[in-house]
This record gives sequence, structure tokens and C-alpha cells, in this order.
Amino acid sequence: MTALSRQKIGGVLARQGILIAFVVFMVGFAMANQRFIAVDNVFGVIRSSAILGVMALGVTFVVIGGNLDLSVGSMMSFSTIVVLDLHDKVGPALAIPLMFAMTLALGAFIGFLVGYLKLNSLIVTLGMLSAIHGLTLTWSGGKNMDIADKEGTWFAIFGQSSALGIPMPILIFALLAVVLSVLLSKTPFGRKVYAVGGNGTAATFSGIPRARVVFMTYVLSAFCVATAGLMQASRSMGSQNTVGQGLELEVLAAVILGGASLLGGSGTVFKTVIGVLILGFIQNGLLLVGLEFYVQYVVTWVIIILAVWLDIAAKRGRLWSPIA
Amino acid sequence: MTDPTPVLRLEGIVKTFPGVRALDGVSFSVLPGEVHALMGENGAGKSTLMKVLGGIHTPDEGQIFIDEEPTQMTSPQHAKAKGVVFIHQELSLADELSVAENIFLGELPLKSFGLVDWAKLYADTNAILKTLNVGFDAKTRVGDLSIANQQMVEIGRALTVDPRAVIFDEPTASLTDAEKVVLFDVIADLKARGVGIIYISHRMEEIFKMTDRISVLRDGSYRGTLITAQTDEDEVTQLMIGRALDLSRNVSHHDMGPVALEARGLSCGDLFRDVSFSVRQGEVLGFYGLVGAGRTEIAETLFGLRDPSAGQILLNGEEVRISSPMEAIRLGISLVPEDRKGQGLVLGMNCRDNMTLPQIDDLRTGPLVSEGAEVAIFDQYRDKLDIRTPGWRQTVGNLSGGNQQKIVIGKWLSMRPEVLIVDEPTRGIDVGSKSEIHNLIRDLAAQGYAVIVISSEMPEVLHVSDRIVAMYSGRVMREFTSDEVTEDSLIQAISGIDGDKVA
Repeated sequence: MTALSRQKIGGVLARQGILIAFVVFMVGFAMANQRFIAVDNVFGVIRSSAILGVMALGVTFVVIGGNLDLSVGSMMSFSTIVVLDLHDKVGPALAIPLMFAMTLALGAFIGFLVGYLKLNSLIVTLGMLSAIHGLTLTWSGGKNMDIADKEGTWFAIFGQSSALGIPMPILIFALLAVVLSVLLSKTPFGRKVYAVGGNGTAATFSGIPRARVVFMTYVLSAFCVATAGLMQASRSMGSQNTVGQGLELEVLAAVILGGASLLGGSGTVFKTVIGVLILGFIQNGLLLVGLEFYVQYVVTWVIIILAVWLDIAAKRGRLWSPIA
Repeated sequence: MTDPTPVLRLEGIVKTFPGVRALDGVSFSVLPGEVHALMGENGAGKSTLMKVLGGIHTPDEGQIFIDEEPTQMTSPQHAKAKGVVFIHQELSLADELSVAENIFLGELPLKSFGLVDWAKLYADTNAILKTLNVGFDAKTRVGDLSIANQQMVEIGRALTVDPRAVIFDEPTASLTDAEKVVLFDVIADLKARGVGIIYISHRMEEIFKMTDRISVLRDGSYRGTLITAQTDEDEVTQLMIGRALDLSRNVSHHDMGPVALEARGLSCGDLFRDVSFSVRQGEVLGFYGLVGAGRTEIAETLFGLRDPSAGQILLNGEEVRISSPMEAIRLGISLVPEDRKGQGLVLGMNCRDNMTLPQIDDLRTGPLVSEGAEVAIFDQYRDKLDIRTPGWRQTVGNLSGGNQQKIVIGKWLSMRPEVLIVDEPTRGIDVGSKSEIHNLIRDLAAQGYAVIVISSEMPEVLHVSDRIVAMYSGRVMREFTSDEVTEDSLIQAISGIDGDKVA
């Protein structure tokens, strides 16, 4: 192969590496098991990925802005428990806005610490993961939360209904993905997120209010978490305090798998959606080929590391490089 | 000169990247005991050539010979093992480690059980430091050394092998004059030991002082080698840019408007004290002084990045408080910062997005960014400033220094500021782009902009300014008009020698 054609292929791989990996992976699993690409299975996977996906959309903004958010799993538990509890106390029409307000307040608090006080986001959100978990347990007294009258409420529409034959969680995920994709790629705010994450100092020197932009990414992330909590609560109509536990890492994996840089400044909503789907289909595929559930944890992570490595290798043009 | 065997010879090196022929058949050789300058504008291919030499890029065609033996470089370590070592412009030392650990990093002498043989390490290091004639020892923490001494450590690193060729990339970029003398002594010493030296620099003065021959690259191709003693700056410049460079004294032919910006008794802690100056519309006010004299801090204060501790800033005769860059921009003050890559640009973003960043909120149709308006602005300033890029989608990090600087300038011009502050307008920029940027600054003044230029280069200040403020240690020493200033009086003023101070 000549050097030039190698470069061309490398270039295509670098730009579309994850997408190509996704297609290869899908074809591979489909050949191993016909069931994998059956329409109901595909819908099932997207549907069960929707909650994770909605959270990943918000975290995409945080990561592109150059920060991390490890609090989303714990925050989602909080939203779910709060909305379920309030449902029976004040009714769904009031419970939902109250829950959103409280979750957004948590996001704003994190945004204040990271944006305005310029504290390290890893430490802040790791601390908040634990603190919010404590808050949730305090709220619930450690008990599971259930809606008493599951039949007599319209609350189930966010998790269990369908429109135009498409399950509501998928619709919410898709709608939010489109809106946030436009926000990120087509609005001044989106441009500022890229600038702040790409080079915060240069953004400041260009008159971009860096602190406010970072603050807004966390509020946005919290909004997505509240939406995910609503979907989760509506789907199950009851929940444990730990429903979102561990999701923060899966969310981050999906965002990184989609190709956003942990250093900030790059990534797109579309790529994150692909990352979410890859993660969902990997887990589903492994289940279909009959892998034990516990082994899946290991295999999933091996595949993620492999995918990220191939992505970086494609960008570098070689599998290993002495310099980054 | 007889023809001894070259220590390093490049033959027909070709390197292409998608869409660019970065090196187009470059050949030249370095003789033992020779200091060989490699010159060319930014983007001419010097960096790529050095990366090929260091094994970071593999050439598509051509051959590298060391002592006339064909050699393939696979990595910087491999190149070093072959006797080719690099002294980089940006130092790559571990601040927290000692001098000895830095010099032998990755090849520490070991005793049994894999423990470090500290005695041998320090002895070997001190032996190297002795040949460099420096005033610190092997156990010194690198972070405690001056930049110049850190560079010596970097050179010490090169001496752990028996070097055949040493490549210096802009070694004097952050050195004082006294420190340069020490560096030049070391280079002379290497030369005497028969090492071949490639010396990359934009500074003509040094090139003519230090080197034996000069090879010139332009647009990725080799333009020839000159013997330093038989050529002059004009010839080298012409070879580099294909025309002569104008560095004559500035003479303004246009009328100036009223005072646009004035500072009265401005102070900022210990950084600068009681600074007063004014700049008129259509005027270029130069700030000249040593690094650390407080010039950049004044610019940052005018741009809202620092709070003044005393004094006033007046814009068009009215006192203003500038609390943030946003406020400065709103008032019509723009700053092209000193550190282009760190402060001026988001390197991972494309050209257009960088250029429109400060005004992105104003380029909307409804809630969305109007990409058409953005592209229009980019096109306008690309043409106006002659920015050479394949298109607006090009990532800014891939442009040459001169073109990057033009993007930053375009970014602020498109805001139509009243006052444009340019800090070190041509740092790290090649001669050709340099003169373009100088002309641009003059043009801007002629169009009625009030321009403040901060520079550490005297020819530059003299060339572009109508008036010059000389600073020393946070204070204004003297102010000169362009027809009364002399190089001697300027040097005296920035060295703290108080002549007949002009109010």
C-alpha cells in the first residue's frame, strides 16, 4: 500500500472510526445471532438505553466544556426518589416541576463550585456523588419509594406509553438529542462551550464569560438528569435509593466512546448518541450470545478500552506512538 | 574549505501530508565542527524537516546519512542513540527532579537490584556540567534554575551520548543578552569538538555572529546554501521571502485625530506604578522595555484582566472602569495577546470560529449562529490580511505562526475597535510575515485606529511607532517621538538610566 492511500484510509478512519467500529460490530453480532437485529430487539435496546442516553447528552456538554461530571448517577437516584415521593404527597402535576427545580439547584451548586470558584471538577462531582446519595437516603429514610395507586395516575406516560408506535423513552431521547445537538452546534452558547473547553484562557481573552459557560453546562447536565429520573420513575413507578448507582461511569464511557476528548473542546451530540447505542448493543449482544451477566461487566469494559484505543490509533495513524 | 565527511547529510527528503507537500526534495549537509543555520519562514518546512530527522515523521522519499552511512530514524531516542540530539525551543524538563536525574532521565546508572547508583549519577553529571562551565551542581532542583540554566541542563542531556550533530531550535528565544553569551560559548565549545550543529533561528544578528553556512527553505523546498562570511542579511532575506525587507524608521504622513485613550497615574500593585500616557486616533504608540518591565501588565489592565490599584483610564476623554475583557470589548478596546497559542487562539477550533469568537452573540439569526455572516467576516479578513489557509474549515493549530497571528488580528479588527493593543506582534514569526504585520499596523493607524504596540525588539518598535514609551521596572522612564529617538537613548532608558526625563 502506498503511503498516500494509507494516509487517506487513516484520515477516514480518524474521522469516522467509531461509526465504522459500530457497523462492524453490529454486522458481527448479527451474523452470530439473527435475533440481534430483529426489530423488537433493536427497539428494546434503544429503549433501555434511553435513560442512560439522556444523561449522556448533558454530560457531553460538561465534557466538551473541559470538565467531568461523576455525580449524574447519584443525582438521577435523587430525582427518581424525590419525584416518586412527591407524587403521592402533592400529585404528579406539582411533583414534576418541584423535582426539576431541586435537581437544577444541585446542578447549579456544582456549576458554581466548578465554574465560579474554579474547583477541580473531578473532586467536586466525586464529592457530590456521595453527598447527593446521602441526601437521597435522608429524604427516603433509606426505604424504597413506591407510588401507591399505580393505576390511577397519568404519571406512567413518560416511561410506559407510546406515540406513533414508538415508545415514549425513545421519543424523549430523540427529541432531546435533536434539540441539544442544535444547541451545541448551531448556537452561540454551543460555540462558547467548545471555546472554553478547547482553551479557557483564550476564551477569556476573547471576552467569553468562562465561569458562566461552565456553570451553564452543569445546569444543563442536571436538567438531563432530572429528565432521566422522571423517565425512570415513570417506567418503574417505584424505586430503590440506588437506582442510578454506577451510571456515571457508563455515561462517561458512552461520551468517550462517542469520541469526545476528556481534555475538552471536542465531541458532538451525534457522536454521543452513537456511543450510547454501541454501549447498549454491546451489552445486549453479549447477553444474546449467552454470556453470563457478571462476565459482561468485564467484557463491556474491554471492548470500550479497545474502541477508545483504536479511535486514538486512527487519529495518530499508528497503533502506538512514543508521543501523545 | 576542503571536503571532509559530513556528519549529517540529507538527500532529497520528501514528506507529504494530505493536501500539502511539506518537504519537497530537501538536501543539505552539516560538516564536523560547523555551525549550520537553517532558515525559512514559518511554514517553510523547518519543523517538519526536524521531525523527519528526529524519527517522528517517516519521509516518503529521500535518505538520511550519518557519517555517510544511510540511517533510518524511528524515534527521538533512536536518533539520539545515533548521535543526533535536539535542544528544543520549549524545554521538556521535570521541574521537581534534580539536574542529574533530568540529564540521565531514562538511562539512570543502576546498581544491583535495580537501585539507582547515585554516586555514579552525580559524578557523571558533574563531569558533564564542568564541560558546560555552569554555576550549579548535579543535585540542584531543576525548577529552581533560571530558563537559561534549564537550557544548559537540556544541553547536558545531549552530552550523555557522544553527539555527532546537535540541533538548536530557537535557543535564544527566552534568554537575556548575558545568558546568550554563555550559550554561544557552549556552542563554540561543541564546534571545537568537531560536532556538527544545526542552528534554527529567526534572528539575523545571531545567525551572522554564530554560523558558518546558512541553508534556506521556502515553501518546503530547498533554496540554497550560503557561506555566512560571503553574504548579508538582504541576500538571506530575499532567498527566504523572495523580496527585500523594509525596516526603515517610521514616518507618518497622515493626520492624527483626538486622543483616544489616556492613562493617568495608573498603578497596579508592584507590577507598574504611576504610569501615564496617551494615544491618539491614527497613532501608533510603542512600548519598549525589558521582559518584566510591566508592559504586558499595562495591556492586561487596559483590557480588564487586572484591576488597577490607582489611577484613571480615559476613553475619548471620559473616565471608564474596565472590569472584564467583555467590558473592554464593549468599550472598543481589543488586545492581541503576547502568547498567541495560549491566549490568542483555541488551537483545536477552525479558522472561522476563532475569528468570530468575540462577536458570536451578535452573529445570530434568531437563536442560531448565522454561519453565512461568519463566513463573510472570515472571507473579508482573509483577503484583507492575506491569510494563507486552504479554507475556513482548517484547524488553526495547523497554520504557520504568521497566519495564526493574522487570525488573531483579524478577530479583533472585525470587531472594529477604537483602540487596538498588540503585545509582541511578531514573536516567533518569520521575516516575511513580520513585515506584512508591520505594514498592517501602519495601515491601521492610517485608517484612524489608535494602536498600542508592545515589543521587545528595538527595530520593530522603531519601525512601527510614532511615539515610544520606554519602561523600566514598572515605571515610564521616558517618552520619545520617532524623530528624536536614538537607539542609544532608548537602551539607556530601558536600562533604568535616567536621562533628561520628558514629562
